[in-house]
Amino acid sequence: MSTTPAAVQPVPRGGMARLVGRRLTDWLPAVVVLVGMIGLWEGLIRAFNVQAFLLPRPSAIATTFWDTRHELWSAGWFTFQEALGGFALGSGSAILLALVLARWRILGSALMPYAIAANAIPIIAFAPITNTWFSPLNKSSKITIAAVLCFFPVLVNTLRGLTSVNPSALELMDSYAAGQLQIFRRVRIPTALPFIFTGLKVATVLAMIGAVVGEYFGGALNALGVLILTRARVFEFNEAWAGVLLACLLGIALYLAVAALERLTLRWVPSTLE
Amino acid sequence: MTVVQIKDLTKRFGETTALQGIDLEIEPGEFVSLIGPSGCGKSTLLRIIGDLIEPTSGSSTVNGKPARQARIDRDYGIVFQDAVLYDWRTVAKNIALPLELARWDRRRRAAKVREMVDLVELTGFENHYPWQLSGGMQQRVSIARALSFDPALLLMDEPFGALDEMTRERMNMELLRIWEASGSTVVFVTHSISEAAFLSTRVVVMSPRPGRISGVISIDLPQPRTATTREEPHFFELVTEVREALHLGHDMERTPA
Repeated sequence: MSTTPAAVQPVPRGGMARLVGRRLTDWLPAVVVLVGMIGLWEGLIRAFNVQAFLLPRPSAIATTFWDTRHELWSAGWFTFQEALGGFALGSGSAILLALVLARWRILGSALMPYAIAANAIPIIAFAPITNTWFSPLNKSSKITIAAVLCFFPVLVNTLRGLTSVNPSALELMDSYAAGQLQIFRRVRIPTALPFIFTGLKVATVLAMIGAVVGEYFGGALNALGVLILTRARVFEFNEAWAGVLLACLLGIALYLAVAALERLTLRWVPSTLE
Repeated sequence: MTVVQIKDLTKRFGETTALQGIDLEIEPGEFVSLIGPSGCGKSTLLRIIGDLIEPTSGSSTVNGKPARQARIDRDYGIVFQDAVLYDWRTVAKNIALPLELARWDRRRRAAKVREMVDLVELTGFENHYPWQLSGGMQQRVSIARALSFDPALLLMDEPFGALDEMTRERMNMELLRIWEASGSTVVFVTHSISEAAFLSTRVVVMSPRPGRISGVISIDLPQPRTATTREEPHFFELVTEVREALHLGHDMERTPA
């Protein structure tokens, strides 16, 4: 060959470190900030003698978290199932609807304005109503809220992905006399995947918010939102804060799970390989 | 049999006449360049041959078939200015895409991909993703993909327009080698006079407003062409001839008869 190919490494595969995508040293600054923040929090509360009902010390929250871990975990798992159910239901139906809207544009232009308008509705305001549709003790009411919350960001992102295909890529498929179904499978859906994952990552956070806040309006006794609410009412702030901490951890776990799936799926995107 | 036959073809976009009264015949094994300034309709003409755009009137056939039938039968492969590789597919899978659409079985596909990778000299890069390749390498993948199903005709829309001059001249040599090896007919859209003169057996000069053919120049340089072809006096004569034809077309536009 007349040209010497540039030395390019093949795409690296696998490995937990790959999945996380960064070396430990890259994480160090973030860890230092976290430790510093917690230390500052602890120190300021001790120095100014802040009352526990305003803000407990991190060490007290951590101790309570550990002491009540069985009760917490049972409540957390219950609520996590609601969030997961809502996430799956909402995201799944949003992706399906986006596929339909992208395939039949006329439907898209008829429905998208309402989808965008509906996206602006504070959906959490409906939580008391879904509690009356289903029993408040039932998971269904929270799954519904979480699903509706997840629905719109996934719908809008998926649709944007499906329609942001390079025109030349479509022209090329035309030159092969490819059918609509083949174009969807081979061009539109792969193009949309990074957009879909962006929507899904937003949705993970919303699912957890939907489930916990939904429970504030009434839920099963062993649910995380109910636990936080009742403990705060009886001035057990350490316990309430431990519940909030668990809600955060579960939300982050769901987010990281989707982010890991994204890295596995989008192996061709250079930024996820660095 | 004539590969491309265009008769009295006209294309209008609303009020604008993009192409008017185009007649062109291209024989098997020819390498025909369409050259002209922006807006002369050369890319439009290429897309009409490929049935990606419909003409307003007149006819265009490929291998004696109407353009639509030729597209459905996959009688041509096309290469754009951007390589238009699918980011999520490796080099091998990009080349195999048209074969998948044509429902070739896995073994036949793999054999053909190997053959094409050899042809464009990308051995060792089969499992690379497009972002890992240079612009020239990407365009070679694009050419391999266009030729993978052995089309009689290769349509190229300024395929090297985005490359630097050095890479471009190297790719010109590569393309001539591939053209000889594959035996296909090429229609090549370009802005570059020297590229057209170096590559072609015939240069079709077009002029704008309305887009029309203002001259056809036979390039009788001996085959195969080499790096020294560019230094021959006759090459310069031909380049001059193409340039003058281009300016003539331009003057015709300035002073309408």
